[in-house]
Amino acid sequence: MHTKILVVDDEADVQPLFIQRFRREIKSGEFDFSFALSGEEALNFLHDHHSEVVLILSDINMPGMTGIELLARIRKDYEKPPPVVMMITAYGDDENRHQAQEKGANEFLTKPLDFNLLKEKLYTFIQQD
Amino acid sequence: MLLLTAISAHAQTKLADSLKNLLKSAKADTDVVYACNRLARLYSGIGEPDSAVYYAKKALTLTSGKTYVAGLPEITILLADIYEKEHTPDSAFKYLKLTIKITDSLYSRQNKGNLQKVTAKEQPNQQELEKQREQAANQLKMYGLTGAMLIILIAVALQWRNNRRRRQDNTLLKQRKEEIEGLTEQLQLTQKQLIQSEKMASLGELTAGIAHEIQNPLNFVNNFSEVNIELISEMQTELENGTKEEVIEILEDIKQNLEKISHHGKRADGIVKGMLQHSRASSNIKEQTDINKLADEYLRLTYHGLRAKDKSFNSELITHFADKLPLVNVVPQDIGRALLNLFTNAFYAVNQKQKKGLTKYQPTVTLLTALEAGQVVIKVRDNGDGISESIREKIMQPFFTTKPTGEGTGLGLSLSYEIVVHGHGGTIDIDSVEGEYTEFIVKLPI
Repeated sequence: MHTKILVVDDEADVQPLFIQRFRREIKSGEFDFSFALSGEEALNFLHDHHSEVVLILSDINMPGMTGIELLARIRKDYEKPPPVVMMITAYGDDENRHQAQEKGANEFLTKPLDFNLLKEKLYTFIQQD
Repeated sequence: MLLLTAISAHAQTKLADSLKNLLKSAKADTDVVYACNRLARLYSGIGEPDSAVYYAKKALTLTSGKTYVAGLPEITILLADIYEKEHTPDSAFKYLKLTIKITDSLYSRQNKGNLQKVTAKEQPNQQELEKQREQAANQLKMYGLTGAMLIILIAVALQWRNNRRRRQDNTLLKQRKEEIEGLTEQLQLTQKQLIQSEKMASLGELTAGIAHEIQNPLNFVNNFSEVNIELISEMQTELENGTKEEVIEILEDIKQNLEKISHHGKRADGIVKGMLQHSRASSNIKEQTDINKLADEYLRLTYHGLRAKDKSFNSELITHFADKLPLVNVVPQDIGRALLNLFTNAFYAVNQKQKKGLTKYQPTVTLLTALEAGQVVIKVRDNGDGISESIREKIMQPFFTTKPTGEGTGLGLSLSYEIVVHGHGGTIDIDSVEGEYTEFIVKLPI
């Protein structure tokens, strides 16, 4: 049940946080997390592993390519099959949510991340598949 | 003479006789002289000079002792002529002189008479003229006096009017001066208020950026704390089971997580302190400062602040920090604010260019620090539309802005200039190519 998930965030400590919070799931092989520190890095990764990654979790406010821009690129370049994209942001306001929805985001989460909620949503999407 | 020769001798005799008779009967001297003259000339004409002389001299004798009468000069000149012909120059000369004498006497007498006649005629004219002249002179004097009086009156009137005007002008001027002084005071006050609100505005922008900055570390503090709680629960279970390795592993994770919690907590603390420092009025105390850290902090603050305001705003951030940059003695929040204004302008410029919708335009702001010739150099570069030559001179002036009304006070750059140049003895230079880039170069002495 190897769900490959790509997490995109410019904060480096997101990685140990995810790894620890999904410790069990990673151990059991349910989730396989990859990390990118920027939109560019994410696209590079997708270029090589596109068919494998089914879910992308991305921060919106990053220097350089924003999460919304990344979302737009993903929707354009990787249509078949379209990966699930969830946007995470610290601002949690309507503008960002609206934009994310417009560009085709599947979900919208706010920081600080509620990992239980995140897990729930992840399972929803996986089950849909 | 011609006439005489034309007459026949008979006629001549007849004429002579008539003249002799006339002479005999003549009473007046003039008649005597006339007759003798005619006779003398007659006889001279017919070549009888002796008779001519006889009658000529007779005229002189008959009139001697009396006032000369007209006609005598003719006789004397005749005598002079005859004697000249007779080659007796002395006699001729004598009668010539006599002629002159008589002529003179007659002439002057005549003249006197004429003059008297004329002056007699002129005198009444002269008197009239004099009267007229006097009258004219008097009139002139009158006119002159009236004219002078009028001029004086007019001059006085003008002077009086000028004085009144001047007094009025002075009152007006005083009023205006007071008005202007009042306005200037108001202006200065307003300026101060504007500068203060500019600071507040930039503070407000910072606040949004700061809020974002704090949320991330807070996020980690919270999340790693929760993770640790889970880990400890796990560990408790493992302890009951007795698997030591697991426990050791888990403890190691717990420790690392706490380290991260501590780190992010301190990070949040630093951000808050920074924000407080910024809002505090400048202490003017210089301290040894790491420019790299300061510039980086304010760059990110500005960036996040702007993103908070404008969701569509986006830009690439590139930083090149010089290694081992020496500490510089500066007032950190002042230099920070100066840089913040440069960053804000840079982001604004690229944002404006991005709005144009050019394809393949990647808004980029670059921050570079370096050590050059004993000075710390900070370069802020944007790939916006550049600054035209004509504006370059003005942009550092207070209240000058190219932004539409309400979007900028135009104080940012002038404040930066104040801080860098006057506050720290540094320089700000501009390098720009229209349509391509703008670079602000700040140099601070160490």
